[in-house]
Amino acid sequence: MSAYTDEDPRIHAIKTQIRVVPNFPKPGIMFQDITTLLLDPKAFKDTIDLFVERYKGKNISVVAGIEARGFIFGPPIALAIGAKFVPLRKPRKLPGEVIFEEYTLEYGKDRLEMHVGAVEPGERALVVDDLIATGGTLCAAMNLLERVGAEVVECACVIELPDLQGRQRLNGKPLYVLVEYH
Amino acid sequence: MASEDGQDPRISRIASSIRVIPDFPKPGIVFQDITTLLLDTKAFRDTIDLFVERYKDKNISVVAGVEARGFIFGPPIALAIGAKFVPMRKPNKLPGPVISEEYSLEYGTDIMEMHVGAVEAGERALVIDDLIATGGTLCAAIKLLERVGVHVVECACVIELPELKGRERLGDKPLFVIVNAA
Repeated sequence: MSAYTDEDPRIHAIKTQIRVVPNFPKPGIMFQDITTLLLDPKAFKDTIDLFVERYKGKNISVVAGIEARGFIFGPPIALAIGAKFVPLRKPRKLPGEVIFEEYTLEYGKDRLEMHVGAVEPGERALVVDDLIATGGTLCAAMNLLERVGAEVVECACVIELPDLQGRQRLNGKPLYVLVEYH
Repeated sequence: MASEDGQDPRISRIASSIRVIPDFPKPGIVFQDITTLLLDTKAFRDTIDLFVERYKDKNISVVAGVEARGFIFGPPIALAIGAKFVPMRKPNKLPGPVISEEYSLEYGTDIMEMHVGAVEAGERALVIDDLIATGGTLCAAIKLLERVGVHVVECACVIELPELKGRERLGDKPLFVIVNAA
């Protein structure tokens, strides 16, 4: 579900602060640029507050953020709810021993890595990214956490592109977003 | 600068939460891994608090964070002091018009980019990264901000590698770090 339907009064400013950049990274794609949201301290704070209000007191001990824009939203949420922050990264960035999950792109494959030992079995986790499109990256993230025995409570994104059906790809895992872009 | 005498009591836990990984990314390099600090909720909280205590009420309106680990520490600081967060990125990641600054690496060069219009002339800024080594990346970030008329008040890092003399490379620009990794 998204906060869109019974719209919290903070959502409107968040939505209007997101800049849409046509034809990036390639023709036909309307890129959702959250950097303009980060330039509005109140809208950025409200974005974090909306997530924190939802997740504090829910016994979540892990916030996993997907490189790189998940690193912007994940840590403030983690700090506010008292959870650890676990970066999920592109290959060869994490220096210690890692486990990896491969996932498909439009053309070819990519890989997401997590440090061994970052997360323990039985921990309750959130996965955070700025946006869900096809859901491929979020699925890879969930798989990494579940493989080490964590429970993924929910995926949380600022933006959803519902036409790309990422929500369905999450296989029943709940998804919470603030803004939809059609 | 970090103080040895009368060192804030939070610093020792922060320092010991950082994992050192030999020979990463290549033989001879001792890598300072902050991901273990992010797993220690108190140490992570204290790290942010140390920066926030230093910078709140200093009229800082911009926190610029260097991709990617600067994205982890910068936003919580920005949110706490009411500043905007500006990501400084590798080439071709930012979707809108950018300005670029080239800087040298050990072998070859790299480019750092910032969105046009993210900051305005006269604003007061911090530059944040997890670590300062040679200072090349921080210098590039400072230059980008100064080119558009911003006053860089200070550079702030969790860790300094003093042997690499990054502090001298910053010239007259002050540097604040929490941990010295000698």
